[in-house]
Amino acid sequence: MKANHKSKLLLAALVIALLLLPFITDALLGRSWVRIVDFAMLYIMLALGLNIVVGYAGLLDLGYIAFFAVGAYCYALTGSPHLALAFPMMFPAGVHLPFWIVLPMAALVAGGFGVLLGAPTLRLRGDYLAIVTLGFGEIIRIFLNNLDAPVNLTNGPQGISRIDPVSVAGVSLNSTQHIFGIAFPAVHLYFYLFLAFTALVVFVSQRLERSRIGRAWMAIREDEVAASAMGIDTRNLKLLAFAMGAMSGGASGALFAGFQGFVSPESFSLMESVMVLCMVVLGGMGNIAGVILGGILLALLPEVLRHIVVPAQQALFGRTLVDPESLRMLLFGTALIVMMLYRPAGLLPSRVRRRELGADEPAAETSVYDATH
Amino acid sequence: MRHTEDILLRTSRIGKKFGGLSALSDVTLHIQRGEIYGLIGPNGAGKTTLFNVLTGLYQPSAGEFQFNGAPYRAGKPHVLARAGIARTFQNIRLFANLTALENVMIGRHVRTRAGVFGALLRNRATRDEERAITERSRELLSYVGIEKPGQTLAKHLSYGEQRRLEIARALATDPLLLALDEPAAGMNATETASLKTLLQTIRDSGITVLLIEHDVKLIMGLCDRVAVLDYGKKIAEGVPEQVRKDPAVIAAYLGGGDE
Ligand SMILES: Nc1ncnc2c1ncn2[C@@H]1O[C@H](COP(=O)(O)OP(=O)(O)OP(=O)(O)O)[C@@H](O)[C@H]1O
Ligand SMILES: [Mg+2]
Repeated sequence: MKANHKSKLLLAALVIALLLLPFITDALLGRSWVRIVDFAMLYIMLALGLNIVVGYAGLLDLGYIAFFAVGAYCYALTGSPHLALAFPMMFPAGVHLPFWIVLPMAALVAGGFGVLLGAPTLRLRGDYLAIVTLGFGEIIRIFLNNLDAPVNLTNGPQGISRIDPVSVAGVSLNSTQHIFGIAFPAVHLYFYLFLAFTALVVFVSQRLERSRIGRAWMAIREDEVAASAMGIDTRNLKLLAFAMGAMSGGASGALFAGFQGFVSPESFSLMESVMVLCMVVLGGMGNIAGVILGGILLALLPEVLRHIVVPAQQALFGRTLVDPESLRMLLFGTALIVMMLYRPAGLLPSRVRRRELGADEPAAETSVYDATH
Repeated sequence: MRHTEDILLRTSRIGKKFGGLSALSDVTLHIQRGEIYGLIGPNGAGKTTLFNVLTGLYQPSAGEFQFNGAPYRAGKPHVLARAGIARTFQNIRLFANLTALENVMIGRHVRTRAGVFGALLRNRATRDEERAITERSRELLSYVGIEKPGQTLAKHLSYGEQRRLEIARALATDPLLLALDEPAAGMNATETASLKTLLQTIRDSGITVLLIEHDVKLIMGLCDRVAVLDYGKKIAEGVPEQVRKDPAVIAAYLGGGDE
């Protein structure tokens, strides 16, 4: 009774804090930081989506950003004047579908790509799967880069601009809105939109995790052979994990395109996939809170460095010796090595691992002897 | 009564080759409903390989089998599990980082239905199903005699408990045939004795048991019929007393230690 009450209060406090976050950030750090927080939210959504594939089902996916790209381009093509270039007869003004149609469509298309990636890789495990998914991610990016001829579908490396802003119930999020006399700038509005979607992804992850489906995924992660011998259709469940993760990535991609108003293949490099994977691993694979923490840390780190490192060096040495980007990679690499050494399960290890802190690996390793094969 | 006459599993001329090695050749046997059927033989005789064929992990190179009336040539593991064959593994294969309870709950997967929408909506049917899964899994944990809390990670259970957890997980699939690959390996005398009681209870509950075991005393005391494999061939079959006196068996297997 008491504990329930307390957790409800905590949740309410958290919601209020999150609702105030853009205003607080704006007041303390300035408008540009609200934008940074918005991007961090997108990363969190991505990390949560990837967590379904990697954290729950144990399928190492190094090309996850491809689904983000698919979602982003879905919106870019169906919510901008761009298609007028490729098909002037058919779409003289381009295509301008409303956001609420594009978003589920982007999720579905990305989900389809998820199955497309999943189907041929079902038999692969671990490092082999990682290599194929990596290739898949690159193929999508290269396609986006080169599909400007013979028909200009993606506009190549220049990318697609003038994407319609997201509008909710006829209200465009790209201009300041006044609600109850309070001014909500565009970045604040997008923050709330992203917050709502992040909450949705958290909800979906949580429900799936504690369900028959989630347990089956974890069984596959732990031991695929035993899982299949227990009657789990590993093929379908792996495809489902790929599809669910991809759908979440696709939806985030559409949000990204609407927010930024511009997409280009550059945003979907291998490095981005690696970043998102690191958020999952660093924070704590399979644990929602851990993944969110990982997303926040890794999305904000480069910005913090950018804002601190350069001024600090200017003040100390009068010039910039190390640029923030290299420092970021250095810190990032160090952090990963330290983590793997001291907290291999992540900053916030998953629920099951936490439950049994202390008594780590007793007789287990020796008892699982391998008598045959 | 009529039921005990029925044949649950019938293999016909099953063969399995690994490159040049014939791990199984022409293995024909049948298991009746309600019996405990022993499968013995020296190391490398092909016992585990036969299990792997029957549970769809290996595709046989020859022959086929009939289970519960339906023919299978190259079965898929999850299809055979659904049909009612459940197994344990010689080299324990639990979901090590999941709890004991979750391990058993995963065994219920094949007999339950909730999909993505059920999980997301968590509607009445799904909640009821989850409750039933948890309840049944708890029952099975105590049925096989695991007294530790269900929250214990599988890898933190003792060796004997891990073996029994595998049995509980297999039972959770509501099998018709429970196939156990050396369940007593590594157990001490007390643990083996309680395993024997457990297997008798399982048989009495109506589940047919197929048992690979090196512990001759356990086999003799428990099995209704025994088959002996040697170099992939069935060299004898029958009631334990008769098999134990078979010269071919003595030569191949029992000769060394027993009499
Ligand atoms: N996947 C495989 N690839 C190649 N050879 C295999 C494979 N599985 C089994 N074998 C071989 O098949 C033969 C039978 O092995 P199997 O594991 O079935 O024996 P077993 O009767 O279970 O022995 P044990 O009592 O030692 O468990 C052995 O020679 C083994 O090396
Ligand atoms: Mg064996």
